[in-house]
Amino acid sequence: MPEPASASGAAPRAEGPWAEAFRKLRRDRTAMGAVLVLCLIVLACCAAPLYARYVSHTDPFQSNPAGQITIHGQSVDIMQTDSAGLGLGVNPIGPTWHGQYFLGADGQGRDVAARILYGGRNSLIIAFFSTIVTLVLAALVGTVAGFAGGWTDIILARLLDVLWAFPVYLLAISLSIVIISSGLQIGPINIPSNSLLIPIAIIGIVYVPYVARPIRGQVLSLSRSDFVLAARCLGVPGFRILSKDILPNVAPTLIVFAPLMMALNMLTESALSFLSIGVQPPAASWGTIIQDGEGLLYTQPMVAVAPGLAIVITVLALNFLGDGVRDALDPRAKLRVRKD
Amino acid sequence: MTPPPLLRIETLSKNFRLGSRFRQGGVQILQALKNVSLDVYPGEVLGLVGESGCGKSTLGRCILRLYEIDSGRILFKNRDISRVGQRALRPLRAEMQMVFQDPYASLNPRRRIGDLIAEPLRVHGTLNEAGVQARLLELMELVNLAPDHLRRYPHEFSGGQRQRIGIARGLALSPSLIVADEPVSALDVSVQAQIINLFMDLQEKFGLTYVFIAHDLSVVRQIATRTAVMYLGGIVELGETDAVLHRPAHPYTAALISAVPELTLDEAKPRIMPQGEPPSPINPPPGCRFHTRCPFAQERCRAEIPALAPGADGRAVACHFPLA
Repeated sequence: MPEPASASGAAPRAEGPWAEAFRKLRRDRTAMGAVLVLCLIVLACCAAPLYARYVSHTDPFQSNPAGQITIHGQSVDIMQTDSAGLGLGVNPIGPTWHGQYFLGADGQGRDVAARILYGGRNSLIIAFFSTIVTLVLAALVGTVAGFAGGWTDIILARLLDVLWAFPVYLLAISLSIVIISSGLQIGPINIPSNSLLIPIAIIGIVYVPYVARPIRGQVLSLSRSDFVLAARCLGVPGFRILSKDILPNVAPTLIVFAPLMMALNMLTESALSFLSIGVQPPAASWGTIIQDGEGLLYTQPMVAVAPGLAIVITVLALNFLGDGVRDALDPRAKLRVRKD
Repeated sequence: MTPPPLLRIETLSKNFRLGSRFRQGGVQILQALKNVSLDVYPGEVLGLVGESGCGKSTLGRCILRLYEIDSGRILFKNRDISRVGQRALRPLRAEMQMVFQDPYASLNPRRRIGDLIAEPLRVHGTLNEAGVQARLLELMELVNLAPDHLRRYPHEFSGGQRQRIGIARGLALSPSLIVADEPVSALDVSVQAQIINLFMDLQEKFGLTYVFIAHDLSVVRQIATRTAVMYLGGIVELGETDAVLHRPAHPYTAALISAVPELTLDEAKPRIMPQGEPPSPINPPPGCRFHTRCPFAQERCRAEIPALAPGADGRAVACHFPLA
């Protein structure tokens, strides 16, 4: 940049608020580290169908109790004779730290490492799309309620309160049990009970009040702000005020919420899957693998610990990213001392 | 023979409802404006002064129909606009504009200056894009801003510059009436003078009519041809600015003037001090609204509401016992 930095801080460049936020985010090392970790996880999981079978040489969705693998030239049973463990006289093999059964096998002799990669796809997909459901619905409800005011606002705000009054997990669990037991049929659309759309919709909806309420408050105060009053005074139609003056000022809030909600949704998904009311077998998610490992906690703890670690790392990275995004978008954070 | 007024306000009242039926205390009615009548003539600058909460900003916003009024009429160019729907009001918006008090809050921080000023041009849609750009440059020159500022964002400007942007936006549609709601009170004193001069230049150039709201008498003295003094939701005195400021007829006006600090250490003028605090507009006193604080109040003031009685040379005073 040939432009000299001005000492007063009022840099003579026309940098928009978005560009400025993006620049600040890129300077934030914690956030960038989190982005790197997330990219690696997403890449590893989403590309699993491309490479996993060349490494593990087994089908992670096929039980394999009689199988054998070769380690250091020796043939080893996947299910080893042992009186501990499943109480069936067998115990799955532990981590081999080789390509095959890298993290050992689960109670059905399936490769845990491969299942974690495939399960991560489902966990990430559900967390991501349910976040989009939450944000879109919350933006819609919050903006309409805050901008329209009057009875529309009263009805929408009370609806959100009703939803908010249920503990999130209780609501998610009851909805899941009802829907997953029979699948969902809305007119001609038939959603089978093992569809990922069900956990996506349920998790997406139960968190709507969490985001919609602050959005509504913000829209409410924005619609009373001087610049909206000025726009009304200029004869700007309501819809244009909404799209040009209100939504651009609400967008940063939604963006700050996105990674934090995704972390929350991922935890909720794991909890539901752990309770067998999220992702349905034979499909896997990190939650279902933890459940698979529950009975093996004393003998092969890796089956439960590895997906747990995957969840912890992903959720932590999302939270660090969320903090970075919040700092970058918060205009009050401008005066913070630069760490670099 | 006076010309027909550009803007006529007839017995305008505006109440705000506070609280809620479902909360403790119930609904309270705040009388922000009570039976305000006022004529604004083309080409004049009408100063509107009074202390905080007297309803002067509310009056400005009612004129522009940013607030719904409760009773009375507003006539603009002889047309009753007080009941016109917001959609039908849109073409009229081109003729009456507002400049806001807070130059920081009245510009959307997420839009470029060019977009902010062009907004009224685009919404009213009489110009094509090339015409809009040409008009933008014209407006920037009018308010003494550089054309390359159009690409910047509001946070890059000082208060005075932002107020210029607000003025350019108000002028974009070439209105005949501008309501300026304390446009300089948020600015440094040195910048205040520049902005007031800008207002006066623009008025001269385009024959604009201003309703200029201020609480600072020196600002009003500089710019206003006539001045209306407001107290607790009503006009108490109206007349030529010089006459009102030098020979106040209402005790409240006199108190306002004697409250202005002076820089000279000459002989101390007798001060007229209003007693106590302004009463709440939720529960205004009966009779003359100023009687609770007026040093000259008598029995009649406590019972009877004084009318705004027109006197010689366009003066009007709402007082039973005027000073002048």
